[in-house]
Amino acid sequence: MYRQARWDEPVVFELGCEGRRGHVIPDVEEEIRRMTGDAIDLLPEKLRRKKPPRLPELSEVEVVRHYTRLSQMNYSVDLGLYPLGSCTMKYNPKINEILARSPSIAMIHPYQDEETVQGILEIMYKLSRWLAEITGTYEVSLQPAAGAHGEFLGTLIMRAHHKLNNKLEDRTELIVPDAAHGTNPASGTMAGFKVVVVPSDENGCVDLEALKDAVSDRTAGLMLTNPNTLGIFEREIEEIAEIVHEAGGLLYYDGANLNAILGKVRPGDMGFDIVHINIHKTFGTPHGGGGPGAGPIGVSEELERFLPVPRIGFDGEKYYLDYNKPHSIGKIRCFYGNVGVLLKAFAYILSLGAEGLEEVAEVSVLNANYLLQKLKKIRGFDIPYAENRPRKHECVFSVNRMYRETGVRALDVSKRILDYGMHAPITYFPLIVKEALMIEPTESYEKEELDRFVEIMRRISEEAYSSPDKVLNAPQNTAITRLDEAKASHPKTMTLSWRMHLKRAKP
Amino acid sequence: MAESFSHPYIPNSVRKIKEDMMREIGIESIQELYEDVPQKFRLKRRVNLPNTTSEHDVRKIVEGLLSKNKTSLDMPVFLGAGCWPHYVPAAVEAVVQRTELLTSYTPYQPEISQGLLQALFEYQSMICEITAMDVANGSMYDWASALGEAVRMAARLTHRNVALVPEIIHPERLETLGTYSEPAGIRIESVNYDPETGQLDIEDLKEKISNRTAAVYVENPTYLGFIETQVEEIAEEAHDHGALFIVGVDPTSLGVLEPPGEYGADIAVGEGQPLGNPMSYGGPLLGIFACRDDMRLIRQMPGRVVGMTTTMSEGKRGFCMALQTREQHIRRERATSNICSNETLCAVAAAVYLALLGPKGLKELGETIMSKAYYAMRVLAKVDGVRAPMFKAPHFKEFTVNFDGTGRTVREVHRRLLERQVHGGKDVSKEFPGLGETALYCVTETHSKEDMDRLVSALAQALGRES
Repeated sequence: MYRQARWDEPVVFELGCEGRRGHVIPDVEEEIRRMTGDAIDLLPEKLRRKKPPRLPELSEVEVVRHYTRLSQMNYSVDLGLYPLGSCTMKYNPKINEILARSPSIAMIHPYQDEETVQGILEIMYKLSRWLAEITGTYEVSLQPAAGAHGEFLGTLIMRAHHKLNNKLEDRTELIVPDAAHGTNPASGTMAGFKVVVVPSDENGCVDLEALKDAVSDRTAGLMLTNPNTLGIFEREIEEIAEIVHEAGGLLYYDGANLNAILGKVRPGDMGFDIVHINIHKTFGTPHGGGGPGAGPIGVSEELERFLPVPRIGFDGEKYYLDYNKPHSIGKIRCFYGNVGVLLKAFAYILSLGAEGLEEVAEVSVLNANYLLQKLKKIRGFDIPYAENRPRKHECVFSVNRMYRETGVRALDVSKRILDYGMHAPITYFPLIVKEALMIEPTESYEKEELDRFVEIMRRISEEAYSSPDKVLNAPQNTAITRLDEAKASHPKTMTLSWRMHLKRAKP
Repeated sequence: MAESFSHPYIPNSVRKIKEDMMREIGIESIQELYEDVPQKFRLKRRVNLPNTTSEHDVRKIVEGLLSKNKTSLDMPVFLGAGCWPHYVPAAVEAVVQRTELLTSYTPYQPEISQGLLQALFEYQSMICEITAMDVANGSMYDWASALGEAVRMAARLTHRNVALVPEIIHPERLETLGTYSEPAGIRIESVNYDPETGQLDIEDLKEKISNRTAAVYVENPTYLGFIETQVEEIAEEAHDHGALFIVGVDPTSLGVLEPPGEYGADIAVGEGQPLGNPMSYGGPLLGIFACRDDMRLIRQMPGRVVGMTTTMSEGKRGFCMALQTREQHIRRERATSNICSNETLCAVAAAVYLALLGPKGLKELGETIMSKAYYAMRVLAKVDGVRAPMFKAPHFKEFTVNFDGTGRTVREVHRRLLERQVHGGKDVSKEFPGLGETALYCVTETHSKEDMDRLVSALAQALGRES
């Protein structure tokens, strides 16, 4: 039976003792000290910090122990299956971590003279060309820090495109399917568009008739992920593209689900004008508990001029940064992107090569369909849409029937999975599926691990129908039992910092 | 697909396994799983990429490319301007390389992700302590995007559409702010500075502020390295007009410098990279975002935030994501931001860094940096024709160096320094034409006296030799 570490670990503020130190700052040389005197005297009295920050005082030993204990209470890809749908929790190669920690990248400054950073510029240039080839786009910007940041940039480019055609005032609507990732509508709003939602048809795909009704001369574009969040390939993509383009809109590809189609079909070839890529999903860089990732975007030739500056150029001899792009939307962040992450993607693509990336796609799809076939035999697990169509990277089940029959919900199933030492799928998404479990196995897990997952699900179903309390009271084997999440968000009990905690604890 | 292909990252790339799995699915070939992809769009060739490469060769190729870079180990580098060279303690690296943290994702299942959640709660809490704010989020992409989100938040709260920013601001930060603000219909206006001291021109602020002002923003230390000393007055001016006061900080200054929470900031933003994160050619960075304990503000905050709670059954302390109803996966088009993945592991690094330094270490860091920066300014100012700094104001770790008196451009000086294996500061003469031939230099605890003396002698040589 699985048992997660259960350290009774205090919050860091409760540890340590006055006078301990975890790190020593380099000395100020005597001659400097003589010249400048007491540094604090260099500041005017009113700007000097009066109350020292209430940080803990700990030795290095205690700090390392504290965070090591915390790490033991955290599940990760290196421990086992992490089947969060649309998150693509795949293996993160060890060599890439070693490379990204090299001083030759860690210790270079973004404003260094170009001649001193030719190596990293070459890596970034080549990576952007590779990503353009993989996505079938004309040009790639590596700058966005995450997928949603790429979406924001993409929707800003839509804006710039319509503005250049003097159509921005009319093109106010962005169309998003009801099954889309939440970031799509949120990005659209950030870029100033009104979001129009189109429903899915009985196969879980974009309803073409509804789309035709939704488009108009107000349409700025459509954001779509293909394969979609049900794991189903939108096979009417040609017609979708035609409808949107004929209406004068642009087609945006949400790259969260790109893993399934690497080397098989390219968004650019399907008619997408703007594509974002989640480096931390598709190209094997670690998710880091929620970042840092990277979310480059690729665009068609027509939209290339809008990409943020600087662009990386190559004149046949030297790599350089090009700021001379008058139509550029400008900047969405400082500097050039999450380079430390992008370097890992460069190494990942190099390792797998063209053949390996296609194998990634095929095996990830094989794994997802294998789980689809195995899990559908389990009592209470229903396939909500297009039962007989193959899935791509992920599959979605509804346990609504189980809920009606036993009172066990998708959330409870998820919590019980944790008890068996695996991570849960995404729950309650996509929103069009009741009691949804969204499962993406990726190519990174062996059949034996997938079989273990199936066996766990089978046992949970059995428990739900025979002794539902076991499931309803889960998890028991994790570092902590089920948490009161409502309490964490209630204005009366909300505690978002140690400082708030101390304030609330006061009588 | 060649039958023999088997890659170390793909355990099921074994013929026998694939056959077993295909039998289970009821297919003969994996291609059947792609049958719903229109024939027309299927790629008929292999993508044009390198061949599969062994780990040994990947390492050789990547290290070979990286060896073309010159780093601050090869030459002293005096660059800052939003990404700074600070020492990263070994213990920080050791913690963030724990694969339990490194290879996990956003803690959607809190019971099995307590480690990361607690570490993030501690990060948020320590950011609150150093900024003297009450609430911090789990991170933004960088300072610039944090500022963009802060101004949008201020506009949502006040239902106003103008933000006042200082003229002395990082141009990339200003541009990012513009990009974030424009679609929300927010106008950015600059407030002049006093040419003698660099300080914000209060009279100009008073002229520009109005009942349409959503936010007044200042940076402390400023982009050009000096301290803005009128922060209390500026805060009062903002609040008198019903605007929010947003302050941008370099956290390494907060052991010595009064924190924004002590002089009226409603929102604090900043760059957390110097807290235990390497420069990595400018990314990943770590956007700091904090605000006061005010439900109006908290409800409009962008980004993920971790809260302390208890278990349902025993009332035991635990952590989970809070206020998710503000977020894109629930609120969709009405979310406060689209942010999903952020810079979590950089935030964990910052937490470990601050835990190692403690209050005394953070103060010593600030003092050390100031001592060294002041030394650099003084020895540079002695070089014939060189002025450092240009503003009569206290400085922290960056300062302006003006070459007008040398008859040379920053560019020329820079080239000649580089020939002597010294990398000068950032050329800001185009950004602020009023300042003449000026560069922005940065000195931190990683610069030794020897580095600075080397800069001065290289500079003297560079300026002395005729070309």
